[in-house]
Amino acid sequence: MQEQYDYIIIGGGVVGCMVARWLSRYEGKILLIDKAADIGMGVSSANTAIVHAGYDPLPGTLKAYMNVKANSMWDQLAGELNFPFERRGDYVVAIGDEELPLVEKLMQQGKQNGVPGMVMLSGAEVRRREKNINPEVSGALWASTGGICDPFQVTIAAAENAVMNGVTILLETAFEDFIMQGKRIIGIKTNRGDFLSRWVINSAGLYSDEVMHKAGIRPEFKITPRKGEYFIFDRAEITIDNVLFPVPSAKGKGILVTTTLHENTIIGPNANEIEDKEDTSTTKAGLDEVAAGALKLVPSLNLRYSIANFAGIRPTGNAPCKTPGINYKSDFIIEIPDEVEGFVNLGGIESPGLTSAPAIAAEVVDMLRDAGEKLVEKKEWDPIRPARPRFRNMSHKDRQLLVNMDPRYGQVICRCENITEGEIIAEIHSPVPARTYDAIKRRTWLGTGRCQGGFDMPRVVNILSRELGISPLEVTKRGKGSEFLFRETKEVEE
Amino acid sequence: MALKNIYDVVVVGSGPGGVAAAIEAKKNGADDVLIIERDYELGGILVQCIHNGFGLELLKEDLPGPAYAQHFIEEMLSLGVEALLNTMVLDITPNRHLFVSSKEHGYVEIEARAIVLAMGCRERTRPQIRIPGMRPNGVFTAGTAQRWVNVEGYMPAKDVVILGSGDIGMIMARRLTFEGAKVERVLEIQSYLSGLSRNLVQCLQDYNIPLQLNHTVKRIMGKNRVEAVEAVQVDEKWNFIPGTEEIIPCDTLLLSVGLIPENELSRKAGVKLDPITGGPYVDETFQTNVPGIFAAGNVVHVYDLVDWVSEAGFEAGKRAAQYAISLRNAEARYIPLKAGKNVRYVVPHKLDKSSLAQEDIRLQMRVTRPIEQPVWIEVHDGENLITRKAEKYVRPGEMVTVVLKTKNYSDVSKANSLTIDINPR
Repeated sequence: MQEQYDYIIIGGGVVGCMVARWLSRYEGKILLIDKAADIGMGVSSANTAIVHAGYDPLPGTLKAYMNVKANSMWDQLAGELNFPFERRGDYVVAIGDEELPLVEKLMQQGKQNGVPGMVMLSGAEVRRREKNINPEVSGALWASTGGICDPFQVTIAAAENAVMNGVTILLETAFEDFIMQGKRIIGIKTNRGDFLSRWVINSAGLYSDEVMHKAGIRPEFKITPRKGEYFIFDRAEITIDNVLFPVPSAKGKGILVTTTLHENTIIGPNANEIEDKEDTSTTKAGLDEVAAGALKLVPSLNLRYSIANFAGIRPTGNAPCKTPGINYKSDFIIEIPDEVEGFVNLGGIESPGLTSAPAIAAEVVDMLRDAGEKLVEKKEWDPIRPARPRFRNMSHKDRQLLVNMDPRYGQVICRCENITEGEIIAEIHSPVPARTYDAIKRRTWLGTGRCQGGFDMPRVVNILSRELGISPLEVTKRGKGSEFLFRETKEVEE
Repeated sequence: MALKNIYDVVVVGSGPGGVAAAIEAKKNGADDVLIIERDYELGGILVQCIHNGFGLELLKEDLPGPAYAQHFIEEMLSLGVEALLNTMVLDITPNRHLFVSSKEHGYVEIEARAIVLAMGCRERTRPQIRIPGMRPNGVFTAGTAQRWVNVEGYMPAKDVVILGSGDIGMIMARRLTFEGAKVERVLEIQSYLSGLSRNLVQCLQDYNIPLQLNHTVKRIMGKNRVEAVEAVQVDEKWNFIPGTEEIIPCDTLLLSVGLIPENELSRKAGVKLDPITGGPYVDETFQTNVPGIFAAGNVVHVYDLVDWVSEAGFEAGKRAAQYAISLRNAEARYIPLKAGKNVRYVVPHKLDKSSLAQEDIRLQMRVTRPIEQPVWIEVHDGENLITRKAEKYVRPGEMVTVVLKTKNYSDVSKANSLTIDINPR
């Protein structure tokens, strides 16, 4: 017998996980599926980690509305889900006098969007605040509501809270088609069999176009993958702790210089359209472009101290903005379409998608209610996802207490980032279990330092093997096909 | 083994440099010597270097790495050096306190009179040489692969390209071939070999593994596991030469592109680093800019031969012992002055015994509560009364003074501490 759900969510990126968390507040059986071996492996796996103030999107667009609405939700969200978030404000920096009018225009746009707490700073003030800034800075917009977060933990924390409140997550489960009854969607087919549901929610990110096409919705809608490349720097060598945007261009918000909440300076992204949705490769030309862009803001950046490069992909859509008179061609899609029943359609959720995710989730709930769903609140719903200990952030005294309680926290496995065996084991047995090397990496920041996992890798493979009760040969980096080891030694193939 | 609060010499790392330092520290009079290793056995990277070529200079023998390590480990342990395994040093302060963490002993603070830094070096990684392309599994440093094959007993590779002609890379080319893997070739961006010539002959040429100089990897392909690398020829400025690209199918790319002294801990201790070597600035005794902190072996600069690492360790260990002993002697000159019965505090807090030979020393204190009758202010060493002074009364509001005289020197010189009590007469 096929399982019957009330809501099935396709895609466990930040949007899907946030929707799952919001819906978990209400009675109903919820399933979230993702094709990868962990949640947050697609678009959400690589971004700039910024919670945008909302001055950037064109006024009147859904992007602008969701961004500004969501921005004010983040303090409560971070408090409830216990993920790292800091509202340190961000800067849009004008280099030379000719860029200054563009920054002033952005400020006007921000005001139109309803962004609070913006102020224009003089070049001298910017130089005072950021000693590494290009001395030719002529001024900057400072948006006090801009923030930074740990984007992996945001997605994971939302998913964990959803699971705590009864949501089922199935990984390595790929959507194949809808099961229709007339014009009503009654379920989905996947590589793991069929699942029935009263509602299906499309949050498939890069593949949101293909999913909606299977339901016959918006055949003209197309996701164009746009790749952005990044560098991360050694925190011991380069310490820029401000979020510095250049003036935006037609290609987007531009190449910025910012920092992670783990204090690593990060630069990027460029924005180049590509064909293949899976092409997360970096290129020499792309990296050179990123370096040049960042050097314009901070000329003293030394690329020698880069410890990692990566690329992320934005799912840029071609949905026109619905507001009359606004000529904008790649707005978010957040809708319950009329053509079929039982379908919530989310598409083209690119930047500011991470920022907007909580507002999109709340909007999905509102739309369902408008569509006649009763949405009875569960008495036992718990909005709090408890944090787990992070050894590296603790004082000597707290470390002592932690290790006394559980000696496994005394065994340091990642030498550069000081991640302990206790933390790794806790992640493997968490509500959304980390079952791959990358899943542990993104939850703990293990292996992200100077040695890039050279020291911890064999050790983590052993821990995963032991805790999951599998052979080291079966341990993967990010799911099937990414195993570390082929065979035991002295076991020569013919 | 119970940990002491203070050691004469603490050595961080039990590779050849650290073990040699511990041996010489002990031989040169250091009492308590502790060596700290993060792995589950002593020996550092030598444990996984099962090829031979070690010890020709120092031991006049051609030994594999583990045998070379064992030779010195046995000597070290027979001298009574204490060893901590599975223990990571997380912080060192400039006044030589170490914060160390392990399952067995928990998270503890240890004080050292002298420290020898012997953390060795780490390998350069893919981002540091900025190879573009995908980020699949199967891109490993040669040392990580070596650990898997030689210590864990697993093969992380079947079909291999090696970038960099460093010694570990060439040795792994041979080792993986022994284990049944196919090593397609070794690429070297420079126009010359970066490792030892003997390894070119013994590890590559003897096994028909091609070496291509002036070549590098332009791109890595494969989503989940490496599927191929694109090799390319470079000119003398390392620019790619168009038209020379070649796609080499493989499942693994090993990197042997250089070593960097590992000095994150040194930085925390305030040790100044040379941007060229990546290691601490040291004097001829291998002392860093922080007094009492020495450094030996690959943590200072990357050596060619392990024998030279051991020799550097011997010198640093000897000097660390000398430093610790002079500090210990200086400490022994001082004894604490303790507030005893009805005394709240005494100034000075400690006393250089030798100075009492030259001149009288005035001790001043306040009492805890008033005694409205005649009292003795008594200075004793726990057993013998050294001097006493009579007062008609004592009150907290009135400071009390007693003077140690030069004639008390012979008594005081035998004391480990002095206590002052106030008793009714």
